Amino acid sequence: MSENGKIRVIVATDCGSTTTKAILIKLVDGEYRLVVRGEAPTTVEAPFEDVTRGVLNAVREVEELSGHVILDGETFIHPSDGGDKGVDLYLSTSSAGGGLQMMVAGVVKSMTAESAQRAALGAGAIVMDVLASNDGRLPHEQIERIRHLRPDMILLSGGIDGGTITHVVELGQVISAADPKPRLGTGYNLPVIFAGNVGARGEVSDLLADKTALSMVDNLRPVLERENLGPAREEIHELFMEHVMAQAPGYNKLMGWTDAPIMPTPGAVGSIMETIAEQRGIEVLGVDIGGATTDIFSVFKHIFNRTVSANLGMSYSVSNVLAEAGIDNVMRWVPFVLPELSVRNRIKNKMIRPTTVPQSLEDLKIEQAIAREALRLAFVQHKSFAVGLKGVQQERTISEAFSQSASGETLVNMMDLDILVGSGGVLSHAPRRQQAALMMIDAFLPEGITQLAVDSIFMMPQLGVLAAVHEKAATEVFEKDCLIHLGMLVSPVGTSQEGKPCLKIEATLPNGTVINDDIPFGELVVYPLGADKSIKAKLTPAKGFNLGRGAGKPIECTLTGGVVGLMVDTRGRPFELPTDEHKRVEKLEKWASALDAYPA
Amino acid sequence: MAHAYTPGLRVAEMTVLRKERRLPIKGEVIVSRGDHVSSDTIVARTHLPGNVQLVNVASKFGLPPEDLPSVMIKQAGDPIEKGKPIAVTKGFFGFFKGTVNSPCDGTLESISTITGQVILREPPMPIEVNAYVDGEVVEVFENEGVAIEVKGSFIQGIFGVGGERAGEIQVAVDSPDQKLEASLFDESMEGKVVIGGSHVDWSGLQEAMKIGISGIVVGGFDDPDLKKLLGKDLGVAITGSEDIVTTLILTEGFGAMAMAGGTFNLLKSREGKKASINGATQIRAGVMRPEIVIPMPDAELSAGDAASSSAGLDIGSSIRVIREPHFGSLGIVTELPNELWKMESESMVRVLKVKLADGSETVLPRANVEMIEG
Repeated sequence: MSENGKIRVIVATDCGSTTTKAILIKLVDGEYRLVVRGEAPTTVEAPFEDVTRGVLNAVREVEELSGHVILDGETFIHPSDGGDKGVDLYLSTSSAGGGLQMMVAGVVKSMTAESAQRAALGAGAIVMDVLASNDGRLPHEQIERIRHLRPDMILLSGGIDGGTITHVVELGQVISAADPKPRLGTGYNLPVIFAGNVGARGEVSDLLADKTALSMVDNLRPVLERENLGPAREEIHELFMEHVMAQAPGYNKLMGWTDAPIMPTPGAVGSIMETIAEQRGIEVLGVDIGGATTDIFSVFKHIFNRTVSANLGMSYSVSNVLAEAGIDNVMRWVPFVLPELSVRNRIKNKMIRPTTVPQSLEDLKIEQAIAREALRLAFVQHKSFAVGLKGVQQERTISEAFSQSASGETLVNMMDLDILVGSGGVLSHAPRRQQAALMMIDAFLPEGITQLAVDSIFMMPQLGVLAAVHEKAATEVFEKDCLIHLGMLVSPVGTSQEGKPCLKIEATLPNGTVINDDIPFGELVVYPLGADKSIKAKLTPAKGFNLGRGAGKPIECTLTGGVVGLMVDTRGRPFELPTDEHKRVEKLEKWASALDAYPA
Repeated sequence: MAHAYTPGLRVAEMTVLRKERRLPIKGEVIVSRGDHVSSDTIVARTHLPGNVQLVNVASKFGLPPEDLPSVMIKQAGDPIEKGKPIAVTKGFFGFFKGTVNSPCDGTLESISTITGQVILREPPMPIEVNAYVDGEVVEVFENEGVAIEVKGSFIQGIFGVGGERAGEIQVAVDSPDQKLEASLFDESMEGKVVIGGSHVDWSGLQEAMKIGISGIVVGGFDDPDLKKLLGKDLGVAITGSEDIVTTLILTEGFGAMAMAGGTFNLLKSREGKKASINGATQIRAGVMRPEIVIPMPDAELSAGDAASSSAGLDIGSSIRVIREPHFGSLGIVTELPNELWKMESESMVRVLKVKLADGSETVLPRANVEMIEG
């Protein structure tokens, strides 16, 4: 691979389960910038059964749109000639064929099993099931489950170093008895990673070495008070490449083309989120809502967490959103009255023909109603998973003892959140950015002052894998071409009655307009404040409302704008929609109109 | 530019299909190449390894795990019987003996001195695979299964529930837009595949199940009725293993939608013939659609029948609209503009112009039509 200084042209692809996306990045006037994006259907399935077909088609689209010659027949031209020919770096991520599907096992469900789950999710896997000695299932039920699910890989953990080995060996026996077979192909053994008590390695090896491709890494929970997820995550990436990807059609060829290992798509998105949080020293929440799954990433108190809600999505999984949220929760976001039968049949028709797009405004609004529920449910799952280590004894101050704070509390604190980043088709490709803002506000209900942003064209996966190889290029493109700042949102926490005082805002807009507004409870207000513009403001919440300093305490701060503007949400936290149908529709219309979210 | 369009569902008057029938694990193939089989012929069989049961004998006796071998009266590899002892303690002078009995028939698989557990395996479970279609065995996969070739008509549905069934085709409606009401079913339809028009409702399906109809092929069905049928909201579209008497195949989608004329006419022309149907649907990577196979061993196959149309969308292509508005309408492509168009939803998408069957012209997203393939 070329040295960093010589890299002028970068092509990165993301092979999704339905679409392969390619981006072209070039060094222009000393800065890396996105030139163009192309896409083509993914070709892992019959009749093609070769992922490189889709990659070549997407890259050809990039060539057509940019005029830059990348391929000579079916070969990448290396290196670039300094003009409009050749590439210096080609990278790829992949979630095709259903991504990396894992099972994890640990002794105690809320301790080592949960740590193992965090390691697998952080590496970009879908966790199909979590086995634990205390999960309430009998051994034969666990065995049947392993056989039935046919994971791509198993991560076995359990026990702290120097502790008892009995339980972790029991789990090894369960895996051994199941004699698991891999999902893709029959010519290789299923990879199993042991990341548990080092004292049990001999016994685990006796049980599994002959039946599986067993590897050993450092214990992911060496002592109760500390997780050590890095070695297990790295091993998952290694084995994903060596065993799983190598079995998928065409991947051996693709692996030969790329200048760095192929990363699982969510692993790449997680890595870019972690980089933003670290570089800026901020608390980050990111979401990627796809057709089949919704991934949520967070960095709070320097701790990275990722969850994947495997069956919450906007096409393949759209019907499952309805099944999990319930029809009433979906219908409450629809800003008109529609019979339940019609909504149900429409959702099922989207499920059976997942690639269709909303042509009418009515259809778009229904899809965006479903998206709110998919995001909300995925966020509920994330909050319950992104928790501090359980089973850890903590020294408590008197005040903590009174507030009953315990180990295992969620790390997600919406009041501390600095930026909420949305990604994925329904957010990135919403016809108006205001719609993305509204969906994110309604689903996540940010508190206090929060910056909202979306991934312009859904290129975080490619930038994630690029960050591992060329951080400067990834950061520059991310800042300038990837993130679209929607604007800051001010949302006081508290509730009241409609029309009662909620927030006083005092500021002067860049055009000289003086704001001195009392915003009552129940409103959504937008002030024009463009991207890269900021203002000093004094925000005074009414009695009973909090913006982070305590109830009724004012804040003086700098607020930045975005393509939507400066948004103020006084609809209350917790937020509730009117139960009366006509009032609900009236409110939804009013709020959408305040943001100019839909055509009149 | 890369083309984005939805390949249509296949409706072929005459084609040659190859159906692979494989065991889930290796076993015995009991037919030979060249054999003519019918849908219910068993072509391969095997035994699935039995379930495993773990018994912690050491903890039942309160012994350290390393002492386990001293109490085991059955060893690894020995056959075991339900209720019969597998381990006995010595007791005091022959008295106060402790016993652990086997919870199942089968074999003792292993004894662990680390955990104190004994692993027992239940007897293997027999598994058989039938031919599913009437046809000829054209390939044998040693120890795995066979490939069966069948000549005949082939129709794909869009969604189905229920597994593989076979039966004689009977058309119960006069036209593709007529609803398949409960009153149209009668006892003579038991074991048959009944063809409806635009829609079957819950009372109709219940009647069909009561009679024992093998399958229903119809344009549409309502989601609330599907919920009643499955006993839950269907989350992810993976079906085929439902334990229901009557397999249901939808050709168009959810709601009342006239069956496509070509599909209806083909099924009508095959009335009285035997059909093999399967409602199994998987809408995931590796999509699987429900199907109707009508073997016609004596029919002539003309050139071009065997190959499916795989050409892309072009001017003059026949399409069906697969999303609101105009859902279910048929039409002919009249123009394929290159540039993106703004829809009413303000989405910028690639489009096509189409002349609908009622003579009107409209612009539709390319993603919202499917080709009608032969």
